[in-house]
Amino acid sequence: MNTRTLELLVGLFVAAGLVALFMLAMTASNLASYGGDDGYVIKAHFDNIGGLKVRSPVAASGVRIGRVTDISYDLEGFEAIVSMSIDPQYNSFPVDSSASILTSGLLGEQYIGLEPGAEEEFLVAGSVIDITQSALVLEQIIGQFLYSKADEE
Amino acid sequence: MVDILLDRIQGLGRGTLAAVSRLGRANVFLLEVFAGLSGMLTRPGLLIKQLFSVGVQTLIIIVVAGLFVGMVMALQAYYALVDFGAEDSLSVMVVLSLLRELGPVITALLFAGRAGSALTAEIGLMKATEQLSGMEMMAVNPIERVIAPRFLAGMISMPLLAAIFSAVGVMGGYLVAVELLGLDAGAFWSQAQAKVELFEDLGNGMIKSLVFGFVVSWIAVFEGYDCIPTSEGLGQATTRTVVYGSLAILVLDFVLTALMFGK
Repeated sequence: MNTRTLELLVGLFVAAGLVALFMLAMTASNLASYGGDDGYVIKAHFDNIGGLKVRSPVAASGVRIGRVTDISYDLEGFEAIVSMSIDPQYNSFPVDSSASILTSGLLGEQYIGLEPGAEEEFLVAGSVIDITQSALVLEQIIGQFLYSKADEE
Repeated sequence: MVDILLDRIQGLGRGTLAAVSRLGRANVFLLEVFAGLSGMLTRPGLLIKQLFSVGVQTLIIIVVAGLFVGMVMALQAYYALVDFGAEDSLSVMVVLSLLRELGPVITALLFAGRAGSALTAEIGLMKATEQLSGMEMMAVNPIERVIAPRFLAGMISMPLLAAIFSAVGVMGGYLVAVELLGLDAGAFWSQAQAKVELFEDLGNGMIKSLVFGFVVSWIAVFEGYDCIPTSEGLGQATTRTVVYGSLAILVLDFVLTALMFGK
């Protein structure tokens, strides 16, 4: 086999490997969602975040508009502080918008649902959402249900 | 009686010393190969030739294996998930297992069998026919000229082959899931994109395949270089490459998985 064919085939092999890597990165992994990191960051305090994780989605009316970037615990208010990055094109949420932790499906992953308010001012970088609703913890609900049943009798 | 006992103990000691000295030779050999890598800068043609025989010629078996592994994974995952109505998560299962485990491991096992054994046999035969000694007589360093290009070619080829394996496997999974089982194409990709992390999964899989490539290439060239230069010794060396290579891959895979995903 002459040098040209040999080098051509090796070149094709290396290119195929790189294309495969690129394809896996683009279509099968979350590379595409890395781009939106130039959004603005807002915060919300929750009593209980349930199973929320960093990188969980933030959605309004079911449409993904951002992502949770950080979760920490505030020792002064004894609350969880969730920071979320909202994509820059969604920049007109009223300041009295509320955030609740919801579950997609019965046992699916948890996400933050943003419900717009009615104020004229908009949320900007660094804003804190005051009206929040914690995650529903199944054990607590079952516990409450059992207590209320017991009270009835 | 005592004599037999002493003989046994001596045998044990001899075996241990032989194993330790072999391990030492393998490590010294590795350092010499590293030193010999610099020779590739002036002679890139040597590397290209080895990339062809190590990488390109292994490509077909990798593509075929990847396609069928991906298709079987999709069928089995569907069977397990359809009871829970969760068949849309099939792509997550297929893609994650391919990227994290099956891609690197099966590629490395096939690589050890296809390319590793060929490397050992080739180098061993060069040693048996005294081509390596002949090079030394002509003041050509055989490690730099023969071993280093093969070693580096193996290390470069493994991650590329593993990436191709995983990509073709995902395609195979897609074919079965969407064309055969009638899942939604959009759900297939979006579920995978929602769950598969670029660095955590794809990156760690690539690190695995790089480590496997290093170990298999090292074992293959060392077994060839260190073989007993007879036809029988050559056969044993080739067998050892496949056996030690495969075992090393599986054990290292456990260690790497525990380090990467085991927290």
